[in-house]
Amino acid sequence: MNEETLKTLRDRARRIRIDILKMLHGSGSGHTGGSLSATDIMTALYFYKLKHDPKNPDWKGRDCFILSKGHAAPVLYTTLAHAGYFATDELCTLRKIGSRLQGHPDSKYLPGVEISTGSLGQGLSVACGVALAHKLDKAPNRVYAVLGDGELQEGQIWEAAMTAAHYKLDNLCILVDNNGLQIDGPVAKVMGVEPIADKWRAFGWDVQDIDGHDMAQLVAALDKAETVKARPTAIVCRTVKGKGSKCFEGKVEFHGTTPSKDELETALKELDEAVCK
Amino acid sequence: MSQPQQKIATRDAYGDALVALGKKRDDVVVLDADLSGSTKTSKFAKAYPDRFFNIGIAEQDMMGTAAGLAIGGKLPFASTFAVFATGRAWEQIRQSVCYPNLNVKVVASHAGVTVGEDGGSHQSLEDVAVMRVIPNMTVIVPADGPETQQAIEAVAEYKGPCYVRVGRNKVPTICPENYRFKIGKAHVFHEGKDVCIIATGLMVAEALKARDLLKAEGIDAGVINMSTIKPLDNDAVIAAAKRCGAIVTAEEHSIIGGLGGAVAEALSESAPAPLVRIGTRDQFGTSGDPDGLLKHYKLSAEDIREGAKEAVKKKKR
Repeated sequence: MNEETLKTLRDRARRIRIDILKMLHGSGSGHTGGSLSATDIMTALYFYKLKHDPKNPDWKGRDCFILSKGHAAPVLYTTLAHAGYFATDELCTLRKIGSRLQGHPDSKYLPGVEISTGSLGQGLSVACGVALAHKLDKAPNRVYAVLGDGELQEGQIWEAAMTAAHYKLDNLCILVDNNGLQIDGPVAKVMGVEPIADKWRAFGWDVQDIDGHDMAQLVAALDKAETVKARPTAIVCRTVKGKGSKCFEGKVEFHGTTPSKDELETALKELDEAVCK
Repeated sequence: MSQPQQKIATRDAYGDALVALGKKRDDVVVLDADLSGSTKTSKFAKAYPDRFFNIGIAEQDMMGTAAGLAIGGKLPFASTFAVFATGRAWEQIRQSVCYPNLNVKVVASHAGVTVGEDGGSHQSLEDVAVMRVIPNMTVIVPADGPETQQAIEAVAEYKGPCYVRVGRNKVPTICPENYRFKIGKAHVFHEGKDVCIIATGLMVAEALKARDLLKAEGIDAGVINMSTIKPLDNDAVIAAAKRCGAIVTAEEHSIIGGLGGAVAEALSESAPAPLVRIGTRDQFGTSGDPDGLLKHYKLSAEDIREGAKEAVKKKKR
């Protein structure tokens, strides 16, 4: 992976963060922290790894992406808009009556959203189903899903973890956005889920533990996942909730609140300066 | 009354229908949650092992996996006992199947008190109610083996989420040979004049028996097989109310939210008429032999007869 490509990806993530913050400030409602923690992951997926065609979202050859932590819809919408699924102008309709950009992703309305999510713990089962369908068809398509760390408290996740390993779904790769916070506080305090990597390993998955904000590590991990045979892959991404500005980083209150005018201005300044580095 | 020519459990008819469907269409896939021997999906598993997925005792994951298979272009049938399919995995059916409006067929067996000896934990008396309330969901309760076979063919052709309820025990074949099942269309066995019995599932056979009992008492009772609970055939309900002036519903399910609830809604909005609902009355099931339980919960032909007489009396008031 050459440095120029990595730089382009990092800059894309920076611009996606800017649009996420503008969008959330405009809507006054939505999930800031978990969108910003997953931005580098989403950028690596849509601008490096996924086989997809924004002009033809139903293309048979596409890889499937499922945002299991559906509340991070702002990062999904912004990434899809940047990728060309729809115009970035539409981002300002977030959460408004009649908008395709529902509070949580709705596949009935928005091209590029494979399945509606929002109720946690369900996306991995769906991903397993899509992966099974591709296996039946002997098709090379791959399936990716992003899960939250708090989401791992849902029992259905571990039912699906068994299914994926049992059916040897090596065409399935999940990325856990391990930002350590959930609505009520630190995940470790609300209901501990560590050791996350060991849990997936114990369930028969191939596991990588990486820095989820390091583009080089993300890209390498996604490449490696494709080489794993007979086992699904879990990439546990250590992330910071609210990543991108000191205003939001590590602050639990930004799970479900949006930036004020001042916070937006400060954050945009930080993100603008980040380009020079 | 039609003479029962044969008896077959609707779950067996389901298993056979799946095998036939699997032969016709290679996109058909079947999922089960460790009850394939009981739901009869084992017949499909034997015929098409590559297209059968046992998900283990994990109903929630099964519904999500079925949704994913539908996204991947398959036609998934997901089966387990009714109480687990619609209770344990209700929110998965709502969020991952009905909300995105995916082409998943949930076919659940062992519904109602005729599960028998396993008792109340296993006797689903609420499934129709909790499936009916979810937008996009179609709800079907076939009355006999041949109708089950036709219903499975029909849901395979229909695009969208469907719930089909089948039973454990053998039931008499009652639908006429030339009968063709259509989603949303009731079958009128007898029009009747004095009261009309609208029944579903195995209670249609009881309703036909009740009609004979009522005839002996000089009451001309109509009998309608309402095999699709949603969308309800409102026209058939309204026509029956206008024709007979009194309605009895009969179902092996709670009178709250099921066929009785659906008919009550239709009647009170469009054609108010006296109504008596035969079904379980805000209670759980219990262990026992299936036939004994039908009598215990007042779900026999005699109970329908009494209900019909009560409805006629209400009409005259």
